[in-house]
Amino acid sequence: MQEALDAERALALYRTMARIRAFEDAAEEASLGGVAAFGASLSAAKVRGPLHLSTGQEAVAAGVCAHLRTSDLLTSTHRGHGHTIAKGASLERMMCELFGRAPGTNGGKGGSMHIADFSVGMLGANGVVAAGIPIAVGAAHALRMRGGDDVVTCFFGDGAINRGPFLEGLNWAAVHALPILFVCEDNRWAATTTSESTTAGAGALARAEAIGVPGEQADGNDVFAVWEAAGRLLVEIRKGGGPRLLHAITYRVKGHVSVDAAAYRDAAKHDKEIERDPLVIAAQRIAKRDALEAIGREARAEVAAALRIAHEAPWPEAKAAYTDVQDTGAGRWRG
Amino acid sequence: MARMNYAQAACAALEDAMRRDERVVVVGEDVGRGGIFGQYRGLQPAFGAARVIDTPISEATIMGAAVGMALAGLKPVVEMRVVDFALCAIDELVNQAAKARYMFGGQGRVGMVARLPNGLWSGSAAQHSQSLEAWFAHIPGLVVVAPATPQDNYALLAASLACGDPVVYLEHKELWGLEGEVAPAKSAKLGEAEIARPGSDVTVVTWSRTRHAALEAADLAEKQGVSLEVIDLRTIWPWDRDAVLGSAARTGRVLIAHEAVQVAGFGAEIAATLAEESSARVRRLGAPRVPVGYSQPLEDESRITPQAIVAACIELRRARPAHR
Repeated sequence: MQEALDAERALALYRTMARIRAFEDAAEEASLGGVAAFGASLSAAKVRGPLHLSTGQEAVAAGVCAHLRTSDLLTSTHRGHGHTIAKGASLERMMCELFGRAPGTNGGKGGSMHIADFSVGMLGANGVVAAGIPIAVGAAHALRMRGGDDVVTCFFGDGAINRGPFLEGLNWAAVHALPILFVCEDNRWAATTTSESTTAGAGALARAEAIGVPGEQADGNDVFAVWEAAGRLLVEIRKGGGPRLLHAITYRVKGHVSVDAAAYRDAAKHDKEIERDPLVIAAQRIAKRDALEAIGREARAEVAAALRIAHEAPWPEAKAAYTDVQDTGAGRWRG
Repeated sequence: MARMNYAQAACAALEDAMRRDERVVVVGEDVGRGGIFGQYRGLQPAFGAARVIDTPISEATIMGAAVGMALAGLKPVVEMRVVDFALCAIDELVNQAAKARYMFGGQGRVGMVARLPNGLWSGSAAQHSQSLEAWFAHIPGLVVVAPATPQDNYALLAASLACGDPVVYLEHKELWGLEGEVAPAKSAKLGEAEIARPGSDVTVVTWSRTRHAALEAADLAEKQGVSLEVIDLRTIWPWDRDAVLGSAARTGRVLIAHEAVQVAGFGAEIAATLAEESSARVRRLGAPRVPVGYSQPLEDESRITPQAIVAACIELRRARPAHR
């Protein structure tokens, strides 16, 4: 049975979104000048390389992951900070990872695009669009063999549904009735191209249904709608009903990466879209203004502390470049 | 000790591993029926369809699912039919399997064995006849193994299953019926070459099916008064430098012979190492840089014959070694 959305749950969902927003805002600021792309040049930014922000998409991560246990597994995308936070990773260790520091979740070896925290069941963000889908399917296959009612949640974007692994992975999951929730987090932009202009047919859910994976579509900027839809689907999955797909339609507030000003978008349309801020939408339905303000303050304070720690955290030693590569042939780095 | 062929030896190694460790599973096309080369025969009846998993023709998801299975605690054996089809799963192998452990900072490991039958397959033309070991040797994180005998296919598959790293396991497409004695107790260590035949004049470094061509070449050369030492690398990465450099020091002349295209083949890596670390004279013998043709006379251009190995060795011998 799905639990009811009470006041406490509503505040918890808001808190997750506020923590993601605060993290993304801080990461964005620390990344400016950190990548030589879209006309920007490299500077001494604290966060180097491409940083894909999930600002404005917080409701999808928060609404889905609120139903997950630590023992449930999750795969994510290059835009994966929100999923990682919502699955329970520490902001401090995540920020250290973005700063490339040794105490980071990945010891500084992955950065934003490969952020992972296996201790909370987060099996990694992925730098390749749709590449998390087969991995999630395999993890779900392993969970099914193990027994129990743990599930895998697999986040991907609207761009991923045009790659082969989407078809392959959903087909496999349906054939084997695997415990997996596919979440198409549809921010309507595939890099600098609208997915609408490059996607034929009726979209992610229609494609899933054609493969035999039922699901739901939800307003991805309404955390309560996401929470309710994901809850219904996860109850079915945990009961052994096989895979489900949630098509959550949201909007990418920032550019493809943090230094992309996204000047290719229509300014008037963009302004209208960003009015639908998921935190504002949620706040309108939670009457307790004081509580919301406190949550916002706490989230910003938590991120400020994480930033301080990341600034001071040690760098990995250069020799760490040679650990966790492979055991067979370790030491043979140059022939 | 039992007499079995190359395919049966692999079956036996896998069966032993599956009995010992319930985390070992097989994923791939047609494995339930024993695989297209019989290299999984009897495993699904013995262990069930839940552990010997028939899959759709979805190479990317076969390989990618194996990565997910491994990260979630299983030890998958991936069946890819032929190495040429694994090109549909190259992201999953190169970007995911090979890198997950490193880029996640050691939080997970991808202990898996991807079986990618390699080499020239008679009459099968360009898309079923490639030898791609050098591609995989180039990728940090991967182990690359190429057994040439039933004994090695048993022992190296067992070692690959035990090593915990992602292994690209390159059986040869045309060695399945090769018979030999297999002693299950005789283990093989990844990274250790075998001197398949000792000799004194020229060292032939080779692997996979070309081991057998080299052994034939050694017989032919002997009749001409030339003694070949044949080294079967068995593991391409990590390859056995000590065995090769040691033999090179003894003979002063080294031919590297492989079925793969000579240009940027793995022989180039060995030749470069010999140039840096020995005074041996070195030659390479690989296939020309053309796709493998269907018609026999075209296909033959890509074959490495014992006669060609002998000719290359005799030429090497004519050239005086730089030092001895």
